[in-house]
Amino acid sequence: MSDPGSERTHTVTTVQAPPAGSAPRVGAGLFDPRQLVASLPDAVRKLDPRRMLKSPVMFVVEIGAVFTTVLAITDPSTFSWWIAVWLWITVLFANLAEAVAEGRGRAQAATLRATKQETPARRLVDGVEQVVSSSSLTLGDLVVVEAGEVIPGDGDVVEGVASVDESAITGESAPVIRESGGDRSAVTGGTKVLSDRIVVEITAKPGESFVDRMIAMVEGASRQKTPNEIALNVLLASLTIIFLLAVVTLQPFAGYSGGLQSMIVLVALLVCLIPTTIGALLSAIGIAGMDRLVQRNVLAMSGRAVEAAGDVNVLLLDKTGTITFGNRQAVELLPVGGVDEAALADAAQLASLADQTPEGRSVVVLAKQRYGLRERHTGELPGATFVEFTAQTRMSGVDLADGHQVRKGAAGAVLAWVRDHGGKPDLGVDTVVDGVAAAGGTPLVVAELRDDQAHILGVIHLADVVKHGMRERFDELRAMGIRTVMVTGDNPVTAKAIADQAGVDDFLAEAKPEDKMALIRREQGGGRLVAMTGDGTNDAPALAQADVGVAMNTGTSAAKEAGNMVDLDSDPTKLIEIVEIGKQLLITRGALTTFSIANDIAKYFAIIPAMFAVVYPQLDALNIMRLATPQSAILSAVIFNALIIVALIPLALRGVRYRPLSAAAMLQRNALVYGLGGIVVPFIGIKLVDLLVSAIPGIG
Amino acid sequence: MSATAAGLLQIVLLLVLLAVAFRPLGDHIARVFTSTRHLAVERAFYRIVRVDPEADQRWSTYLLSVLGFSAVSVLLLYAILRLQDLLPLSLGFDGMAPDLAFNTATSFVANTNWQSYAGESTLGYTAQMAGLTVQNFLSAAVGLAVAIALIRGLTRRRTDRLGNFWVDLTRAVVRVLLPIAFLFALVLVAGGVVQNLSEPHDVTTLGGAVQSLIGGPVASQEAIKLLGTNGGGFFNANSAHPFENANALTNLLEIFLLLVIPVALCRTYGVLVKDKRQGYAVLAAMAVLWGAALVAVTAAEVNHSGTVPQAAGASLEGKEVRFDVWASALFANSTTGTSTGAVNSMHASYTGAGGGMVMLNMMLGEVSPGGVGSGLYGMVVLAILAVFLAGLMVGRTPEYLGKKIGRYEISLVALYILAMPFALLIGAAIASSFDTTRASLLNEGPQGLSEILYAFASGANNNGSAFAGLSANTEYYNTALGLAMLIGRFTTMVLVLALAGALARQRPTPVTAGTLPTHRPLFVGLHSVTVIIVAGLTFFPALALGPIAVALA
Repeated sequence: MSDPGSERTHTVTTVQAPPAGSAPRVGAGLFDPRQLVASLPDAVRKLDPRRMLKSPVMFVVEIGAVFTTVLAITDPSTFSWWIAVWLWITVLFANLAEAVAEGRGRAQAATLRATKQETPARRLVDGVEQVVSSSSLTLGDLVVVEAGEVIPGDGDVVEGVASVDESAITGESAPVIRESGGDRSAVTGGTKVLSDRIVVEITAKPGESFVDRMIAMVEGASRQKTPNEIALNVLLASLTIIFLLAVVTLQPFAGYSGGLQSMIVLVALLVCLIPTTIGALLSAIGIAGMDRLVQRNVLAMSGRAVEAAGDVNVLLLDKTGTITFGNRQAVELLPVGGVDEAALADAAQLASLADQTPEGRSVVVLAKQRYGLRERHTGELPGATFVEFTAQTRMSGVDLADGHQVRKGAAGAVLAWVRDHGGKPDLGVDTVVDGVAAAGGTPLVVAELRDDQAHILGVIHLADVVKHGMRERFDELRAMGIRTVMVTGDNPVTAKAIADQAGVDDFLAEAKPEDKMALIRREQGGGRLVAMTGDGTNDAPALAQADVGVAMNTGTSAAKEAGNMVDLDSDPTKLIEIVEIGKQLLITRGALTTFSIANDIAKYFAIIPAMFAVVYPQLDALNIMRLATPQSAILSAVIFNALIIVALIPLALRGVRYRPLSAAAMLQRNALVYGLGGIVVPFIGIKLVDLLVSAIPGIG
Repeated sequence: MSATAAGLLQIVLLLVLLAVAFRPLGDHIARVFTSTRHLAVERAFYRIVRVDPEADQRWSTYLLSVLGFSAVSVLLLYAILRLQDLLPLSLGFDGMAPDLAFNTATSFVANTNWQSYAGESTLGYTAQMAGLTVQNFLSAAVGLAVAIALIRGLTRRRTDRLGNFWVDLTRAVVRVLLPIAFLFALVLVAGGVVQNLSEPHDVTTLGGAVQSLIGGPVASQEAIKLLGTNGGGFFNANSAHPFENANALTNLLEIFLLLVIPVALCRTYGVLVKDKRQGYAVLAAMAVLWGAALVAVTAAEVNHSGTVPQAAGASLEGKEVRFDVWASALFANSTTGTSTGAVNSMHASYTGAGGGMVMLNMMLGEVSPGGVGSGLYGMVVLAILAVFLAGLMVGRTPEYLGKKIGRYEISLVALYILAMPFALLIGAAIASSFDTTRASLLNEGPQGLSEILYAFASGANNNGSAFAGLSANTEYYNTALGLAMLIGRFTTMVLVLALAGALARQRPTPVTAGTLPTHRPLFVGLHSVTVIIVAGLTFFPALALGPIAVALA
């Protein structure tokens, strides 16, 4: 059953918007301690100084570790060996964080790589098929794929229609339809044709296919530092320099005071002060952020896009499939000419039994929910002939054995059927039909033929039904400072009605691709960042213009090229989750940076009295943790500094808990948890470590 | 009236005076730098120096103008000081030695006014007036101009122009500093501060000795010394000298003068960024820092546990009995919280905690409320740092007043944060390492280290106050402190103007509920904590061996 007034429909029929933060398909963020052990060899390989240089903070720690090891060899003592070993452990833990994050991606990459096996391809050259290897296919080649064969490369269907199993890529087992022309033409190499025959034009160069990019992305191989990450690295590097300055100049002051310090102690102080916690976890946070997207079946072409998602101010959401269900649904039954409402419901249900379209099903559901009519099965009606809906008749219905006929369909078609069967349409029906249309709905007329007399029973009101929970989601987005704009091909009256019902901030009615483009440009001109989803070729310019353009995997290759993310589930609602993941990524970085810096306060209180209480006994008053000995105090700070990295790996991988809140509320919460927490936790942690460490002979 | 009541009353009076001046002065300064009219005297000046007042400068041109002008100022002042024996009204004093002249010239041009000499026994009236007083005006005007340029960077969109330095400089002098300084010079004269060009008076003291008392154009220099957060005294004893600071009333007025422009600039800021709440937020952060330090200094000085202070009721050594402990603490806290450096008491004689606190005031980077212009731009730079950390925590690319803080912006902020500790710690580390440099110290142990740390904190932060005790007129200290003053003043200006240029290029992001609000108490708290943490983490080890060791002894 077609819906004449609506824009093109998405193939996606998500039943319900998943609630924020719903459990993704792949166990996101579940952290298995065994991963630590498995990643250990990788962590050791990362000790290569050339690779350490990427993280200036950890590079300094590695130099410190080498330095203290040399000192421990030339002038051995229990203390110096303990410090040297723990500095190496600190570096190792940092590498471990990165290795674990990468390892999780690598597991996914391995699955993907399995789909990338060489397959024979049936290339068409001047209409003649020749079998070549899939790896030799280049741009513009035409290949034939039939049921049971694997599609040899990324491309667009140029001929035919087929059902395709894309579970290798999307994890979704239900087959999808791919057909030439329109917005469902893109196919991915490695997926399997289940039925029919299609001709595919290859659109990706060898080695640059979708799966290739996906593998590179999840492995972190093509990961480049994002703008915010670079900015944060700059800050961390300069904090490192400041602390280097503070420690280097401390020795002359110590010398003046008559308490020259050993190099081991100075290195320990430096390592404790520089922001090692965030320095160690920074790259793991970035990898994990991309990973979280992949786990939600979204493939970002760049980390920059993920960050931009956190900054988005305006979301352009297509009405159909995103805000409303992909199909209209029966919402009420309007009897005409004094017909009993229950009788209308009964007839409407009968007429819809054979109608398997979502609209038809919705009539049966409405009859059951509102009128208590049990759904009848076709087998219960012996001798009945069901009339299927066709584009020509634009009606569906049933002819019962007793000659009783029921029809339901577009107003014009049903009215004509009534006239043909000698009935006279009631005048009132036109008013009702017009009324439904004016309210933005689609009217379906129900009529019956009883005793050779056809007459109209009433009208079914089909309307867009806003998905459950959308209003709350838009409220949340508004609280986060994100404006939602509904884009629809509907007329302004209908659009406004749905916009009001859904609670979006604004709408764009009778939208053509150019209008979408103009809207994006206008918003960007005001300094705002825009995110949108799209699947059609005519969406491509807007997808490219938007700061975050999420292409549906079902869409055309042009759309997928233009966007900077692809949603493998083709669920436009996911845009909201993408924004949240982007924000969560930044929040995790900010929170751990704050935590890392706040930690330094406790470390000063541990190390400074330990260093100088010998010279100025009054400085022992600063030893508020009452750490056992100077050696145990310094060692405890170093050990705590290393352990906190491992302790925070799960948090770095999972991301800090994110709830949609206003910026002010979010800041308050995070400043309290990670700022204040960052001050308090190390006081307790260092004290606990000291209790253990002071038992070591030569330390305690 | 008890000392406590009198002390509190003074603080209340000071706050009332500042509150009264806040709006009119802040609005006036905002108008001065946005007006399109030129006064006749200004136009004449532009013709003489041949600048086009309508020309809008790029940040680099603005910066070159600042640096060029300041370099010429240093050279001129250096020449005056070296050659003062050839000038009229020299009172027979010789020209300064090269290292002292370098130190003094950079000191006054860098708005520091560190004095390695005693004014009354070194300088004649011409050098004081044509050299030092002129720089008191100009160096403050340069600071004000740079602050205004930074505000333009924050408010302008998609431009590479930051205004005209020569116009900003001229207006700062003609329309802001001169009128207020003139007015308050008269008020100070009325209050008992001397103003003459007479030869020294010889008086016979009660003990029968003959003492030569130098008068001079004191009040005129005094007003701008405080108003421009300069701090260079006419006399060695600075505002503890009765000719500079006659009584409790002039004392209060002097504290008011040194605070008034840095405080009112917050209003100017709010007006110019078209969101007065942003100005109040910056003011609130400054007030938190100033207030907390005041409580700490006063408490440390009033409740001292030593034997002598117990007997005297408070720590009175090194303080003018005329001003008692409360007024001294208020002055000391305000002069170190602004980059003034005038003193009405000797900070070296403060308790360990009190002395450490005034030192920390400087180490915060002179932002509570800081120098003329420099206090505001220092605080804005630290706000940007606070925004960067807090902004990440709300899940957005950090932005301040709609301008994004990216890699380039945060690099400049990071270098700004680095510049002052670099000059301070390196200079002090060298000074504490050699017998020759340690010979200048009066005290040994932690108090001696405090003397060194204080001197370099004062120099690198362009404060100029001395801890006393340190004999700083040596080649090392004159040169090292001179360099520290130049680094502390001008590398930061380079970075601030580059930052202004980067911000002006941007298109501002509109404010939404997702924007981190920078005018709420929560952010004020974060802002203040950022200032304290940055300084605290940098200087804690050094402070532990100096004032903290003294305080805990």
